[in-house]
Amino acid sequence: MTREHFELRLYVAGQTPKAIRAFANLKRICDEHLAGQYSIEVIDLLDDPRLGRGDQILAVPTLVRRLPEPIKKIIGDLSNTERVLVGLDLRAK
Amino acid sequence: MPTSVPVPLSIPKSPTGVSGLDEITAGGLPTGRPTLIAGGPGSGKTLLGISFLVNGIRHYGEPGVLMTFEENAAELAADVASLGYDLQTLVDAGQLVIDYVHVERSEIEETGEYDLEGLFVRLDHAIRSVGAKRLVLDTLESLFSGLANETILRAELRRLFRWLRDREITVVITGERGERTLTRHGLEEYVTDAVIQLDHRVHEQISTRRLRIVKYRGSAHGTNEYPFLIDAGGIGVLPVTSLGLQHQVSSERVSTGIPDLDAMLGGDGHFRSSTVLVTGSVGTGKTTVAAHFVEAACKRGERCLHFLFEESPLQLIRNMQSVGIDLAPWVERGQLVLHADRPSRHGLETHLVLMHRAVEALNPSIVIVDPMTNLLSVATAGDVRTMLTRLIDFLKGRGITALFTSLSAPNTSPESAEAMISSLMDAWLVMSADLDGRRRRRWLYLLKARGMAHSDEVREFHFTRHGVQLRPANLPDRP
Repeated sequence: MTREHFELRLYVAGQTPKAIRAFANLKRICDEHLAGQYSIEVIDLLDDPRLGRGDQILAVPTLVRRLPEPIKKIIGDLSNTERVLVGLDLRAK
Repeated sequence: MPTSVPVPLSIPKSPTGVSGLDEITAGGLPTGRPTLIAGGPGSGKTLLGISFLVNGIRHYGEPGVLMTFEENAAELAADVASLGYDLQTLVDAGQLVIDYVHVERSEIEETGEYDLEGLFVRLDHAIRSVGAKRLVLDTLESLFSGLANETILRAELRRLFRWLRDREITVVITGERGERTLTRHGLEEYVTDAVIQLDHRVHEQISTRRLRIVKYRGSAHGTNEYPFLIDAGGIGVLPVTSLGLQHQVSSERVSTGIPDLDAMLGGDGHFRSSTVLVTGSVGTGKTTVAAHFVEAACKRGERCLHFLFEESPLQLIRNMQSVGIDLAPWVERGQLVLHADRPSRHGLETHLVLMHRAVEALNPSIVIVDPMTNLLSVATAGDVRTMLTRLIDFLKGRGITALFTSLSAPNTSPESAEAMISSLMDAWLVMSADLDGRRRRRWLYLLKARGMAHSDEVREFHFTRHGVQLRPANLPDRP
């Protein structure tokens, strides 16, 4: 496995059950598969709605993989680990 | 026994500022509620939506938000610039927000539950930032191609429309026409207040745009298909006015520009805002008579609009100079507008819209249509009659005199040829020509002149260097 750094952003709108679930799922997946090579930034659109524009956020929660490129987006509460791994390019489709 | 149900006089409405549309909808779109505009590609949905926003800002003091899911900024600006709108100025003035939403399904993986709160937050921010009263969502259906989970999407759309209603914002949603349904993804299911359908048809290479109000809850509305036009003057819809007979009747008489004809009409010329038909075969002088009407009006300081369906403006000016009528100075002063067009360039409906526009722009006291018979080349006689009825109705409503020339085939009775429109006409001049030995002689008589003690003489019609003269016929010489 490569030692690339994963820069991840999780967009939410308020501390909703879906948002909390998504963060927990993401943390668990990263610890299992990307230990020591990731960072997660949580952005709450309720704090500043303009922050969602750049990444074209409509659905929440949305996980955006900023690095490594290309940019990837995964929407939903990240409850399906396999799909998340595929979405992050950590597993072939 | 009919039960009486209390019906409010009318629901509050937000005018679109689109000429004609506000008349058909009796005031505009339902205030604080969503209206769906459905139509195929290129039917003008986006431009209609943007006109609603721009007019709201310019004329009704209502800031707006355009959320577009399709076009990019440059394409959109070019599109609306063709209508003469400069959106950037409105954005800079803090009256308009344009938000480009881009959903690319190929970039997105979906896993588990989500909602569209990100869209709501974004919309809410845009609305608040300018205090928007009007919103256009163009085209919301793009979300269906961007998001895979249709169950979530539909639930969220339902929530979105409730949310918009709670905010009492007047919304236009555009939707792509479906094969069997009004919109491809059934947006009409969510919008129950008002639905407008746009259509763009091309028949025999003539394109016609039409608009129809499919539904308007709580309001009376026109139910026909109405022709509409998109050009540099913006969007205009032509309401089909009922042929009311309530027009103001003028008893003022004005000169036809031909003293002999004035005399035949009882001495004072024709009634202002009457409708005059001039019929005759080729080369009998119909256009010259029309030119006299025009010149007389210009000399009175009035404005004239002359539609030419046969000659070019320069041809007309040159030909009339040869009989002593100089139209050029009036064109230069802007009192006379010569509007030349090929009948085959548009469908009848479009011609009618263009004529309305030209009349509204100039506000003339007299309108000439020369020759109206050329319109028969693009439509049936019945359609032309309907169109003329509408045109005459429109002109009478504005107190405008109308003169139509009509080319009749030689050797046909004028009564039969123009019977279809004769009832619409207040005065009817018939012109003819025949051969008398070595000379072609022209004749003119009045077939009718409502409300005037008019001459029943057949006069001989002479072109002179100073215009037309009508001399008493030398009866023994008449064939």
